[in-house]
Amino acid sequence: MSSIPLTAQTAGKGAARAASRRGNRRRRKGPGGTGRRPGFLTYGFLGAVLLGSLFPLYWSFLVGSHDSTVLSRGIPLLPGGNFLANAAQVLDSIPFWTALGNSLLVSSVTAFSVVFFSTLAGFAFAKLKFKGSKWLLVFVIATMAVPTQLGVVPLFIVMSRFGWTGSLWAVIIPALVTAFGVFWMTQYIRDALPDELIEAVRVDGASMIRAFWHVGLPAARPAAAMLALFTFMATWTNFFWPFIVLDPSNPTLPVALQLLQAAHFVDYSVVLAGAVLSTIPLLLVFVLAGRQLVSGIMQGAVKG
Amino acid sequence: MAVTDRALKPAPPRRPPSSKKVRRITFSHRLSRWDVKFSPYLYISPFFLLFAITGLFPLGYTAWVSIHNWNLIGGQGEFAGLDNYTFILSQPFFWNAVGNTFSIFLLSSVPQVVAAIVIAAFLDANLRAKTFWRMGVLVPFVVAPVAVGLIFNNLFADQFGLVNEILRSLGFEGVRWHSDPTASHMAIATMVNFRWIGYNTLIFLAAMQAIPRDVYESAAIDGAGRLRQFFSLTVPMLRPTVIFVVITSTIGGLQIFDEPRVFDQYGLGGADRQWQTLTMYIWELGWGQRNFGRASAVAWLLFLIIVLIAVLNFFITRRIANQGGTK
Repeated sequence: MSSIPLTAQTAGKGAARAASRRGNRRRRKGPGGTGRRPGFLTYGFLGAVLLGSLFPLYWSFLVGSHDSTVLSRGIPLLPGGNFLANAAQVLDSIPFWTALGNSLLVSSVTAFSVVFFSTLAGFAFAKLKFKGSKWLLVFVIATMAVPTQLGVVPLFIVMSRFGWTGSLWAVIIPALVTAFGVFWMTQYIRDALPDELIEAVRVDGASMIRAFWHVGLPAARPAAAMLALFTFMATWTNFFWPFIVLDPSNPTLPVALQLLQAAHFVDYSVVLAGAVLSTIPLLLVFVLAGRQLVSGIMQGAVKG
Repeated sequence: MAVTDRALKPAPPRRPPSSKKVRRITFSHRLSRWDVKFSPYLYISPFFLLFAITGLFPLGYTAWVSIHNWNLIGGQGEFAGLDNYTFILSQPFFWNAVGNTFSIFLLSSVPQVVAAIVIAAFLDANLRAKTFWRMGVLVPFVVAPVAVGLIFNNLFADQFGLVNEILRSLGFEGVRWHSDPTASHMAIATMVNFRWIGYNTLIFLAAMQAIPRDVYESAAIDGAGRLRQFFSLTVPMLRPTVIFVVITSTIGGLQIFDEPRVFDQYGLGGADRQWQTLTMYIWELGWGQRNFGRASAVAWLLFLIIVLIAVLNFFITRRIANQGGTK
């Protein structure tokens, strides 16, 4: 949950700024204005940072590929041959495939629903005139600062009254919309969709929903893709609420991972093999869409 | 999707061509006017409805639960007034959790911002393979906090942990990461920092690139070196971004749960609750002791703390913004 709000209020004027920055970058030289390529010091420092950000994952694989006694025999430097055996033990002790499927389902449904409802609301806030729109948008922005996570007790009471505890619905329903999503799409559509375009299709006799469908949605596509990516990742890594409401027999991946620790706290090679396995799907997403992720964070970051 | 969407929203009808004649008030014209008038509310209603049900209502209901005796199994009991609050406020574990939460928060947010600014300054150069380096710092962001917790739990193991092995080989004594409160806070803060430094780096990098380049050029002409430029130009101009990052990380940081939860296998924050945070305390009261009334009281208190700090932040920010020349 906490990953999304971080970009929150800064998302302002994303598209316009991004466009102007793109022009900037082509012209720009180093901060000194010299245009000189930076020296070894810079690359050395960044290399160290890179090692630091990769090392824990490597370490996880390292320990996960040995047996349980490896650390008592000294620090290993190279992976051992025990990873598959450890992975098999992971599959034995937690419902890994169920958890993987659940995480995929919950994250996809959430991402789709957040993007759809946010685009719809963003379209209305950015391009349609209606009474109270300003006030309502301020309300949306204000709710981004509300720590909704603190409502877990009543949420649990409600879910158990409906008999939904233990089911994926309990995780999906509270995540169907986010204030951040609405704000993000509003900002983007305001800049990316010319008013004239809507007027043109309206004059041609299209209804509002058709205008949204044929003009609004296509224009919002880049921001929608970004929002989908962020929502997917945030839901995938979310732990607190799924941990409370889901059963150990039907968990999402982070919940299952915590079960693995409870079951194998002596044998850390199995636990870390599980940590590696659970990270692989998002690493794949990162390989495919890491570039978009970077530009999404940077677009959202420029102060609004 | 198109089909279901239209089925869900019957209100905006299609305008037949005849409605183009504006003067004639036909039925279809009226429909079209309704379309213009009500569509916006229809489009924003899913957000407001769902948010009211799953966000606002639970938060308000928390206050209601907190003034009752309320059991996880038994449900609502008698009205308790402020008993839950007076009970909580007299608990050493509550104040312990408040201290731990703030300690972990400070240990994670301050180094995080400093490190992110420094790394961003290095990235804000005419690098080869820019995207590669930017993606590189973001890798930790894809690791779930729970997985980060498990990995660092092992790195910081009291026995045979890598960090302690390195300390010992350098001639120091090993640190008791899992029993000394401050040490455990540092270990947990390290996890948070690991996951978020790269993310914040990119935010700062974007802000740095928005600084006009000619400012640097004229500084260079005036004879300011790279270091001088960084401290006298870059850092002051980043102030709004720093404030923003601090404010947003406050909201998430004070609710920290995942990393400390998996710092040992029991998940209660250590034998003496050395690293039990407020959210963990809520969990222990609500689902460990099954006392929803008390858990809600803590949740509400944490909510007040967060609001208080947000307001404080707001005033400090305004102060700084008024003093400094930056907008």
